[in-house]
Amino acid sequence: MDLSTRDGEFLVLLGSSGSGKTTLLRMIAGLEQPTSGEIHIGDQRVDRDVPPRARGIAMVFQSYALYPHRTVFQNIAFPLEASRTPRKQIEEKVRWAAEMFSISRYLDRYPRQLSGGERQRVALCRALVRDPKVFLLDEPLANLDAKLRNTARDDLKRFQRQIQTTTVYVTHDQVEAMGLGDRIVVMERGKVRQVGTPQEVYEDPVDTFVATFVGQPPMNLLDTGDPSLPPRTLTGFRPEHFLPQSVFGSGEDLRTFRFAVRRVEYLGSDRYVYGSVAGSGTPDATIIAKLPATIVLAIPEGETHEFAVPRRALRYFDPETGLRR
Amino acid sequence: MTALLPPRRTLADREDVLGAMLLGPALAYVILLVGVPFAFAIALGFSNATAGSLSFGWAGFHNYGAILGDPIFLRALRNSVVVTVGSQVLVVILATAAAQVFRATFRGKRFARFVLLLPWAVPVSLAAIAWTWIFDSTFSVINWTLKAAGLLHGWLYWLGDPALALFAIIIVQAWRIFPFATVIVLAGLSSIPQEIVEASIVDGAGFWRRLFRVELPLLLPVVAVAVLFGVVYTATDLGVVYILTGGGPANTTHVLPTLAFQRGILGADLGQGAAIAVFLLPFLIVVAIGMLRLAHRTEVGGAR
Repeated sequence: MDLSTRDGEFLVLLGSSGSGKTTLLRMIAGLEQPTSGEIHIGDQRVDRDVPPRARGIAMVFQSYALYPHRTVFQNIAFPLEASRTPRKQIEEKVRWAAEMFSISRYLDRYPRQLSGGERQRVALCRALVRDPKVFLLDEPLANLDAKLRNTARDDLKRFQRQIQTTTVYVTHDQVEAMGLGDRIVVMERGKVRQVGTPQEVYEDPVDTFVATFVGQPPMNLLDTGDPSLPPRTLTGFRPEHFLPQSVFGSGEDLRTFRFAVRRVEYLGSDRYVYGSVAGSGTPDATIIAKLPATIVLAIPEGETHEFAVPRRALRYFDPETGLRR
Repeated sequence: MTALLPPRRTLADREDVLGAMLLGPALAYVILLVGVPFAFAIALGFSNATAGSLSFGWAGFHNYGAILGDPIFLRALRNSVVVTVGSQVLVVILATAAAQVFRATFRGKRFARFVLLLPWAVPVSLAAIAWTWIFDSTFSVINWTLKAAGLLHGWLYWLGDPALALFAIIIVQAWRIFPFATVIVLAGLSSIPQEIVEASIVDGAGFWRRLFRVELPLLLPVVAVAVLFGVVYTATDLGVVYILTGGGPANTTHVLPTLAFQRGILGADLGQGAAIAVFLLPFLIVVAIGMLRLAHRTEVGGAR
């Protein structure tokens, strides 16, 4: 793979477990040695002889890895002590960082006395005081409960914008990736599948892997057997573009489908409609339509309906290679 | 299906009865073989019983008064403390160092671990006899090696000189306990979350800072347990001193267990022997409580 970040960028490595995203992060940190290839930070090559401490990086671990026997103050001060910073400067810097994450009142507490969100902020503080060239974050939100995760995500993004430090962020959560990343790197089995802004990755996936990995529910893929297309072409469209034909205005250039509805799932803000498209080359494939609550049209189960997708929302893939056509 | 299962409550369902039944043998064992002799020893300490007769007269604190006025006892008490503290300091240093080595992966690790554990598995008496050869006044391997290396001028009478003899005892006690302590510390090391160690690496801590500021503090409860075991093992051990020096030369290297044996069994003064033997008990209890408190207070992995 060949991957480079832009200065001050928030780069998200997105992949399922085993995709190599954490290994890549650990190699950047120097916790693991690459068997081949080069890693550069700034204009310095670091992969051979530069130990983690000299790479100008700071890392936040999934478990936060706070030192349980040290107070919050001592935790944040640890990297500064290791770099033999004068006492007074340590004091100032810790207080400044704690202020920034509003954890000043916890400085004398031990990690076990803090909640998950507070621990996470302590870990960020500890990373911040090193003035790193790169922040490496390994699923820092994964251990928080869902409610806290949203606010923590917002805090994190604001904080990164404020300090303008290049950040590499590893996650398997696509919502996090889309929400946080300036650019997303989609990884699978140690290979980079696509690099792009959240919008590019979502709207223009380079292959079927990215198309189905990003987006919830995933992009629908089917062989329409359309004579105007090259033989054996997979047509892809997002569930939210697949709507009853009557919803669209008359001016829209549509591709219509006869959609045999099997089941309707009511999810409050959306309805997921599961079914299959008759007459296609893949009649058994489950196709999902995502209808926003604003569409109140009744969709009885077990019947066939006229559904349509705007032609501009269709994407075509080669079934052999999975690549875009 | 249900028909196959016994319809009524069986013994296996009655956990209260089953528990008592299963605990019974162990309880009987502890009471008969530990509790009763222990109570006997305490009672004997307050008696004028001798090995030659069955009479058992109340002597109050006479035995304790006698031993406290006895310079040989006071010397043995001092020796016990010196040997216990000295060997445990050695053990802690050696065990943490060895644990660091055994944490790494290297060729022949299994064999090395086997060799490491040997001193612990060898019977005390056998090991002590081997050590008497090492410390032999004429053939001492240590002396001849030092001599050959040009480091020794003159001669060391390991077991003939009181100070050297005590030093020799400390070495053997440390040698005996340290494999066990290493295993405990190794277990402690592997219980430190990997991410915490890695965090300290990324934070820029070198080997020593990592050892003293991160790993050792986290190991403290575990080390305390190892030391507690070591203290009890060493303070109550008879074999090493008895075989190495027999308390000599001139009763200068006695520890409490050897002196208790000499007075109580060989000297037939059961009362005084018992008094010497149980003398350390209150101190050991205080040490044990202190250590366990320490272990309890510093919880490993409290951050998780």
